[in-house]
Amino acid sequence: MPNMSPKKAPMPTQDPNVRNKNFLEVATGYTEEVAIEEAQRCLNCKNKPCVNACPVHIAIPDFIKEVANGNFAAAYDVISQSSSLPAVCGRVCPQETQCESKCVRGIKTEPVGIGRLERFVADWHNAQENATVNKPQSNGHKVAIIGSGPAGLTCAGDLAKKGYDVTVFEALHLAGGVLVYGIPEFRLPKSIVQKEVDTLKQLGVKVETNMVIGRVISIDELMDEYGFESVFIGSGAGLPRFMNIPGENLCGVYSANEFLTRTNLMKAYKDDSTTPIMHAKKVAVVGGGNVAMDAARCAMRLGAEEVYIVYRRSEEELPARKEEVEHAKEEGIIFKLLNNPVEILGNEDEFVTGMKCIKMELGEPDASGRRRPVEIPGSEFVLDVDAVVIAIGTSPNPLIKSTTKGLETQKWGGIIADENGLTSREGVFAGGDAVTGAATVILAMGAGKTAAAAIDEYIQNK
Amino acid sequence: MYKIVKKKSLNPTVTLMEVDAPLIAKKAEPGQFIILRVDENGERIPLTVAGYDRTAGTVRIIFQIVGATTEKLNHLNEGDYIQDFVGPLGVPTHTDGLKKVCVVGGGVGCAIALPVAQKLHEIGCEVHSIIGFRNKDLVILEDEFKACSDKFFMMTDDGSYGEKGVVTAPLEKLIKDGENYDMVITIGPLIMMKFVVKTTKPYNIPTTVSMNPIMIDGTGMCGGCRLTVDGQTKFACVDGPDFDGFKVDFDEAMKRGAMYKPFERHAYEETCNLFKKEVE
Repeated sequence: MPNMSPKKAPMPTQDPNVRNKNFLEVATGYTEEVAIEEAQRCLNCKNKPCVNACPVHIAIPDFIKEVANGNFAAAYDVISQSSSLPAVCGRVCPQETQCESKCVRGIKTEPVGIGRLERFVADWHNAQENATVNKPQSNGHKVAIIGSGPAGLTCAGDLAKKGYDVTVFEALHLAGGVLVYGIPEFRLPKSIVQKEVDTLKQLGVKVETNMVIGRVISIDELMDEYGFESVFIGSGAGLPRFMNIPGENLCGVYSANEFLTRTNLMKAYKDDSTTPIMHAKKVAVVGGGNVAMDAARCAMRLGAEEVYIVYRRSEEELPARKEEVEHAKEEGIIFKLLNNPVEILGNEDEFVTGMKCIKMELGEPDASGRRRPVEIPGSEFVLDVDAVVIAIGTSPNPLIKSTTKGLETQKWGGIIADENGLTSREGVFAGGDAVTGAATVILAMGAGKTAAAAIDEYIQNK
Repeated sequence: MYKIVKKKSLNPTVTLMEVDAPLIAKKAEPGQFIILRVDENGERIPLTVAGYDRTAGTVRIIFQIVGATTEKLNHLNEGDYIQDFVGPLGVPTHTDGLKKVCVVGGGVGCAIALPVAQKLHEIGCEVHSIIGFRNKDLVILEDEFKACSDKFFMMTDDGSYGEKGVVTAPLEKLIKDGENYDMVITIGPLIMMKFVVKTTKPYNIPTTVSMNPIMIDGTGMCGGCRLTVDGQTKFACVDGPDFDGFKVDFDEAMKRGAMYKPFERHAYEETCNLFKKEVE
């Protein structure tokens, strides 16, 4: 008999006024009892609409059924057939617009907490001391993966499971891509990413850090000299975008990438870190996406007294996940909606002293279908801040494109790839933000997964 | 981990290291840089490549001890390992087709001006070198510069060695005497490069400057190294580090370079305490 409770079992979280001063994980996770109880809310319906709404097509009702029966190890096996990074996805996937949005239970009440259950299963697995993976029999074919973010790690995992000899090349000193430099510790503990990477290593995946492909080795050299039969480019988002308003190069103006990299990858929040960061008292974060929420919540944890999200549209258009917005609000982030920065002001030493904004109202819908924000004449005001973080997106890194002959890109710089991830170069595949522009972890994983299947087919038919 | 195969003190505050990094040595060109992390908790710092030996597989770096990271780096010895060493990054210095160039180096910047001068010399370009230091004790790489220069000028601020004065004095004289340079390439402190540009601009001699702003990833991700060139935001790590000197906003670059001064000073003092060394 299913559990007919109209609401998801709540996710236990740290108190907002405690957590906004530490970098420990916000959500603490289900217990076994709560997980079983929540799993029993699944009707195990015939059509399984959730599965198709998952970019990596996890057999969701199957794993949930195992959880309901208390077979957590079996549940993990079901998930790991489709996903290489369940502990990550259970935390950062926008389930509300994917699997959970199609859940039959969600028509009348709250959907099953699929993401929370996925996280529970992955964490349960990782907590088992004898959790090892068997290294598959090698098939002798070499594949190179550029970038160790969600797209690259997924592609690497899928290929390794099929017996490929996979090497992942990472430009930074640590594997994980955006999972380690971008997403903060309190939302995705780095030990979890490390665990996922270690699992891939047990599968036989080699990870080479400090390798900037395009500079130290080109894609052509990987294929011609190093014997890789196929290459997957998952190099991720690139150069941060700025607004091109006066004052953007003042001291105290950060791109979200820089602010988050200093905080997360370089651990600037720890006392023993040698990487500096400004501990500003009043911070404005420009933008309304998940990255903006992450930056704002980091600024708060670094000791800011007031942190603003400055976004030019209204709450309804905020691209961030609802949960992130709610968490940010609970932690005391102030939302300055329908406001657009026009100038960043500085003192004689060129440190930020304020940000001039103009108020906006929503006009007719634009090309994106959202109502276009229009300036209200004469409504300028100065927001009193001493640091500004710009989180309005990125444009692709030019390095791979400029060093790989015949690799076609879009006008805006994204690598052109077909629905299987194949680029204009034979044997070269691509996926994730490098192809789509800034998107989500799970979409990048989906692209990595699709490309892995296409690479397998390409090599087997060669 | 990257092994230090050679270490040599060039003067009390400047050290040379050769680091075993065969893949980087194979590809590095003058003007490019590497990023290193001394140890597990270290910050990432950029250092411009001061040379490379493709056969031995080593990359040469020359650094001035200015802060916590370079202080820690200087405490490593031959046989020790550097945690992370990544490169070659940035766009190599443009040298193709140049027939006559004046290379102007200042202080530890001379270490990175040298491979540029050597490359130009190798491709048959006439090289005039002007290198400047605060005083005699700080002079580095004099013989190496002499070996690849058709004309050579040594300047010190206090006159304790070579000529007394700034590097722009001989530069201006050479230009006035009718040396028709295709290009002036200058590498050194921002203030020096700013004045070199001031000197060459009236004569409209193309002038390349090498920018060394604060960086983190060095691969075009963080945007921390941005500067204003010709009114546009550029990233030193992927668009540079070389830029057209006439177009660089030096004043802004100097202010941005000082952003973390108090933090850096504090970190340096702590590190010096650790090594029981007098703070400079």
